[in-house]
Amino acid sequence: MGQNRAVAGWEMPVTYEGIREEHSAVRTHAGMFDVSHMGEVEVEGPGALEFLQLVLSNDVARIEIGGAQYSCLCQEDGGVLDDLFAYRLGGDRYLIVTNAANHEADLAWFGRWSRGFDVIVRDVADRYAMLAVQGPHARAVLARALNVELPPRMHVAPVHVGRRPALACGTGYTGEDGVELLLDPEVATPIWAELLDSGVVPCGLGARDTLRLEVCFPLHGHELSTERNPIEAGLGWCCAEETGFLGSQAVAAARAEGTAEKLAPFLIEGAGIPRDGNPVLAGEERVGAVTSGTYSPSLEQGAGMAYVRADLAESGTELEIDVRGKRRAARVASRPLYRKAS
Amino acid sequence: MSEADYPDDLRYHDQHDWARLEGDEHAVFGITWYAQDALGEVVFYDPPELGATIQKDASYAEVESVKAVSDVIAPMSGEIVAVNDALEDTPEKINQDPYGDGWLVKVRLTAPQEGEGLLDAGEYRKLLEN
Repeated sequence: MGQNRAVAGWEMPVTYEGIREEHSAVRTHAGMFDVSHMGEVEVEGPGALEFLQLVLSNDVARIEIGGAQYSCLCQEDGGVLDDLFAYRLGGDRYLIVTNAANHEADLAWFGRWSRGFDVIVRDVADRYAMLAVQGPHARAVLARALNVELPPRMHVAPVHVGRRPALACGTGYTGEDGVELLLDPEVATPIWAELLDSGVVPCGLGARDTLRLEVCFPLHGHELSTERNPIEAGLGWCCAEETGFLGSQAVAAARAEGTAEKLAPFLIEGAGIPRDGNPVLAGEERVGAVTSGTYSPSLEQGAGMAYVRADLAESGTELEIDVRGKRRAARVASRPLYRKAS
Repeated sequence: MSEADYPDDLRYHDQHDWARLEGDEHAVFGITWYAQDALGEVVFYDPPELGATIQKDASYAEVESVKAVSDVIAPMSGEIVAVNDALEDTPEKINQDPYGDGWLVKVRLTAPQEGEGLLDAGEYRKLLEN
């Protein structure tokens, strides 16, 4: 098929051999994604912690050395500029992985707010290629290929790939175990080829989207934007208002008072595939809109996430989605939509 | 099927649809190898109602892959006399056999002369090359 899509200036494959095949490889074995479009920012210096506490929503003080943490980057009004992972590489050294489309805006935001802090903020996006190896067998296959010990989930460790220093991160965007490798672009192609030989399935943007949607991970530009705060997006768990981060007052207010709308995962009952922008209906009233919708390869039905009136966001609520003029019955579900059979 | 194929016995519409004429009054419609390849794995086919009237060059059905939805354009005008019900459970047949088991509808033609204006396989292949 070889369809490509431009993402923030990067040419990315939607699929290599078929989205369903790639999706299933990640759920059952191991798949790999070239996510080199992701941005990287290094934050270093005696003021690094204090600065990051200001800009990131989570309690950065809780990241131990070698630890990883998910956060939102909020405006003063609570609107979400980006969502990202922070990795603590050393005592006062952190690496932030940004979304490609937001990288420049994040850098400008960091630049603006780092004034007065004893900290250096470096754009290191050109230094790293990024390879996400995901799936129940991903860790074992990768450990064998690299001949290294990989860090556990939510941890980061320095490793060597092709004799070059690299970072192995126990994180991902699929709901499966796996590792994200931040590595020298020079050695990315050989390790890709080696993993391919080891049976790891190359996966494109299409499978990345269906995998993350099944486990309800938000995507900035869809579920998250400067028009939405973390509370309505269901990300209150990564907001530590007591740290006084930028936007913490707005987030505290949203948490205390509730929000008009909430993000709700849903499944289509019967036929129909919801798509971004489809109106959500309760009777004749329009009560929200789909932010991401797809066919779920694991559940074999239409699935998505939508912002709906807060009182309708409870699991089990019956709604309808207007899919290009056809009303499709949907039911609000609990997170995640897909749960591994244990 | 993995190799591009455009059978000589079909007529083609430039929106990547085919028509197989059956006698003077009937035709079977489907989407071409190119269309199913561009769309990717089809996971849903939303057929028209039996008896529905369809117009040449207008959408009469939808096919969806995991990633995208596509309107299906009628190569000729007519009335739907059969839809391929098997595709409800096995829409992937549109990928596997776009000219056989992956047929979409059977139509009673209201303007059979429209067939004259469609492309033959050679002309359609040429269109794809440009």
